[in-house]
Amino acid sequence: MIFNESQALTETVMHAPPPEERVLDVRGLDFFYGKNQALYGVDLPVARNQITALIGPSGCGKSTLLRTLNRIYDLYPGQRAAGEILFNGENLLGTGDGGGGDLARLRSRIGMVFQRPTPFPMSIYDNIAFGVRLQRNVGKAEMNEIVERSLTRAALWDEVKDKLDKSGLGLSGGQQQRLCVARGIAVEPEILLLDEPASALDPLSTAKLETALVELKSSLTIVIVTHNLQQAARISDHTGFMLLGRLVEFRPSSEAFLKPETQAMRDYVTGRYG
Amino acid sequence: MPTDVTIDAPRGDTVRGKSRAHQQDAWFRVLCFSAAMVLMATLAGLIVSLAIGGWPALSKFGLGFFTSSEWNPVTDNYGAAGPIIGTLVTAFLAMVIALPLAVGISVFLVEFCPAWIARPVGMAVELLAGIPSIVYGMWGLFVLAPWFAAHVQVPIMMHAAPGSFMDRWFSGVPNGANIFTASLILAIMVLPYIATVFRELLLSIPPYLREAAYGMGATPYEVVGNIMLPYIKRSAIGAVMLGLGRALGETMAVTFIIGNSHDLPNSLFASGSTIASTIANEFTEATGDMHISALIALGFVLFLITFVVLAAARLLIGRERV
Repeated sequence: MIFNESQALTETVMHAPPPEERVLDVRGLDFFYGKNQALYGVDLPVARNQITALIGPSGCGKSTLLRTLNRIYDLYPGQRAAGEILFNGENLLGTGDGGGGDLARLRSRIGMVFQRPTPFPMSIYDNIAFGVRLQRNVGKAEMNEIVERSLTRAALWDEVKDKLDKSGLGLSGGQQQRLCVARGIAVEPEILLLDEPASALDPLSTAKLETALVELKSSLTIVIVTHNLQQAARISDHTGFMLLGRLVEFRPSSEAFLKPETQAMRDYVTGRYG
Repeated sequence: MPTDVTIDAPRGDTVRGKSRAHQQDAWFRVLCFSAAMVLMATLAGLIVSLAIGGWPALSKFGLGFFTSSEWNPVTDNYGAAGPIIGTLVTAFLAMVIALPLAVGISVFLVEFCPAWIARPVGMAVELLAGIPSIVYGMWGLFVLAPWFAAHVQVPIMMHAAPGSFMDRWFSGVPNGANIFTASLILAIMVLPYIATVFRELLLSIPPYLREAAYGMGATPYEVVGNIMLPYIKRSAIGAVMLGLGRALGETMAVTFIIGNSHDLPNSLFASGSTIASTIANEFTEATGDMHISALIALGFVLFLITFVVLAAARLLIGRERV
């Protein structure tokens, strides 16, 4: 390791969006896999209707951070988080939570797209309708509309409109991933979390996905973990650089990649590290 | 390493020489082929000898062998409808009882159970599979049957109005040895097989699929019911068929508790018999040629039923792989 922990700690730069713009505000978050601590006092402000990118070398904790935001880590005993995650001012890690229903409601408001495409073993149509049906009863006509709108916004409609009744597993990787995005936005979440969504996609599919994400900004907030610095620079408004379980630098993306302030991020961005 | 030429050498042109490797390969292939052929020959021999042995009975009684329930060694008259129906009904009932239990057990173990309970419960399930069937039969005869007679059959007899639904389907000699208790024992016996396979199937579901379902805001019930169970459905049918195959052929435990009557069972609590229990009961005492032939014909029928079930399982499992 080039940096020891104290160095990384002392050299922290935060250019956070103003509090009134934040839909999600992580404060002093510690995370543990059993006895191993993976996050150390992370602060992450997420601005509404913007794209926040998390970058950093493998194992730095960016996926872990993402997985705390909708509490998907709760599926695994032994994983726990401490600190505050304020979602519209309400602490997600508060003591009052617990019931499976509460978590289900939370996850319908904070959706997630994973690294690997995860279509459900059902038709393309039902993949989208599944999440919607979980929330409420929807008539046939309205459901058709939701399916078409979601697929259109995920830039997939033209490719699948003639085979909506076919299995989602029959699509290409890029199409599957956009199906997952469409599925995620069909329930109209406030936030969409994406964990390296393009890492298994070819450049053309990646471009389509990125276009879709930028267009989604108007209606929801996006947090994306990515290994692809160009991708972060292209689509994000804010960038957080993580190292060794800490958020080292957080700045508007327009400046972050041109002149990183911390030595650590400078080394990472210029390819000397990670 | 500029001198290392073997890497660039064309295939087959190695130090050992081409012909020897070829020879070895050919021998190996012949050996594997014969092993497979021995198995096929055994199977074919079994079918042929069952067919030949059973032919006198089958040709003498014709279709009556399957439709008549008159099984009488004294008059040398054999109709096997009772055992055949008994086999199908007990196996089917056993699956109806065991299937929901197996789903419940496997889902609990995989999805809801804390790790420290999952191990002992999982081991208990596997242990159930290891108990010899004669122990189940003994337990059924000495423990289950008397209890069942006293606490289920007698109360129903006392309270069911003659001719009512209960009286029609749940009456019988109150000794606890009947079609239903045999099915119960069978259910307990096939349960561990199905539950273990179900658990393996559920564990094989990729974790990201589970996370994706929970990430959509689904509750555990919805994740299990809408995503996980449909995901394993096809393979699960295969497991059920294998359990059914076992239930069809199970002999010892059933012989103990089914009551061994060759009559066509007229209610769920009536004594009956299965093909396997009939053969087990009568083979040593069969003296007449026709009696022996009838028993062999029974074996042939059981073989066919089991074969159909297993073939169906293969078909269903195979289709999923495509």
